[in-house]
Amino acid sequence: MNSWIAPVVFALTPEEWTAIELSLRVATVATAASLPIGILVALILARGRFFGRSLLNALVLVPLVLPPVVTGYVLLLAFGRQGPLGRWFAEHLGIVFGFRWTGAALACAVMGFPLMVRAIQLSIEAVDRKLEQAATTLGANRLWVLATVTLPLVTPGILAGAILAFARAMGEFGATITFVSNIPGETQTLPTLIYTFTQVPGGDAAALRLTIISLVISLAAVLASEAIAQRVSRRLEAA
Amino acid sequence: MSVEVSAQTILGDFVLDASFKSDSRVTGIFGPSGSGKTSVMNVIAGLLRPARGRVVVDDVVLLDTEAGIFLPTHRRRIGYVFQESRLFPHLSVKGNLLYGRFFTPRPSRYASFDEVVSLLDLDALLTRGTYALSGGERQRVAIGRALLASPRLLLMDEPLSSLDEKRKEEVIPFLERLRDQARVPIVYVSHVFSEIDRLSGKVVRMSDGQVLDPL
Repeated sequence: MNSWIAPVVFALTPEEWTAIELSLRVATVATAASLPIGILVALILARGRFFGRSLLNALVLVPLVLPPVVTGYVLLLAFGRQGPLGRWFAEHLGIVFGFRWTGAALACAVMGFPLMVRAIQLSIEAVDRKLEQAATTLGANRLWVLATVTLPLVTPGILAGAILAFARAMGEFGATITFVSNIPGETQTLPTLIYTFTQVPGGDAAALRLTIISLVISLAAVLASEAIAQRVSRRLEAA
Repeated sequence: MSVEVSAQTILGDFVLDASFKSDSRVTGIFGPSGSGKTSVMNVIAGLLRPARGRVVVDDVVLLDTEAGIFLPTHRRRIGYVFQESRLFPHLSVKGNLLYGRFFTPRPSRYASFDEVVSLLDLDALLTRGTYALSGGERQRVAIGRALLASPRLLLMDEPLSSLDEKRKEEVIPFLERLRDQARVPIVYVSHVFSEIDRLSGKVVRMSDGQVLDPL
């Protein structure tokens, strides 16, 4: 296997390495930062019975069905340097999204959010509530039940959701390029660099190299996610 | 040791209107399935909030709708052994056993880990995962888990019904030991009279949501 992977990898130019490194960083940050919010929203959707629940559900799912360009443009309007949220973040938290890699991470987080929430929500719904009841009879209040029973039982779902979001982030193109453009070293991720190569004469070889790398990373993520999903269903059968 | 329960509530098209009082170590609740036995247990545990009712265990009022008292389940210290053991699949046997201890206020802890382990003969199971247990072993662990939370009262809801005859015979001696040695009053629910007869002092008969005259 090394005999064909090695030439591909060693032939990468610094520009390509930068894009790969940036893609991994963007995807990691996007996943890590959105995970706590994703868990919270999944909990609310799985357990909450309140007015506006279906609206929240729709809001979470909407990036899945909107054209990514639209999502990117909305992000640009809201989180761009002149956008109301963008200005708030810059002033109060010192985080600038517009044309920065952080903006790419935000775009990826938003695009991966529905997948993440769905995976976690489904596994929360699969938790046997009788176990939570047993925990309350043993003295655990709601927060403790959440921390010691519910969350440990949904860990595989959380992992699966995180991996899906990560994989989605690795492949994000439309929202990213619309929101933060395609700036080498700052917002030029793997997909946007591939796009760039396909637009210039003689870029085919580089595009193909990066395509293979992209494929390998995504495939690994999906395989990992599937393996975890299988473990979950086995565990549920055993219980 | 005293237990006083009264509960009136409507669940769909089922009307629960039951009350009893007992000073026995073991109070048996006997009746056909659907007679409201589990509902009574859930009222005692605080898992079911009746429209009207009162639950007093050893002079501690856990529920009194007239006085506006409703202690939430996690503050009642009512041990509950369910029909299906409901062990935590992500914890080992030992982890399950020690779960409730953490939540019991220090002055209220009376159960000793070693005593409970030897009472229920759990020594060989401690490091195992719960999936590797037989039905009888699971129920023994569930009983130990409930006991180790140092409950005021132990509820057992058909703890043998999910077991075959052989397993039942295996668990019953432990229940008798529990009755004779544990320092906790027990309310034991079953639709099998021989079980109730073998274990209980006082028997409460239920039918169709109501308590019939005590035997």
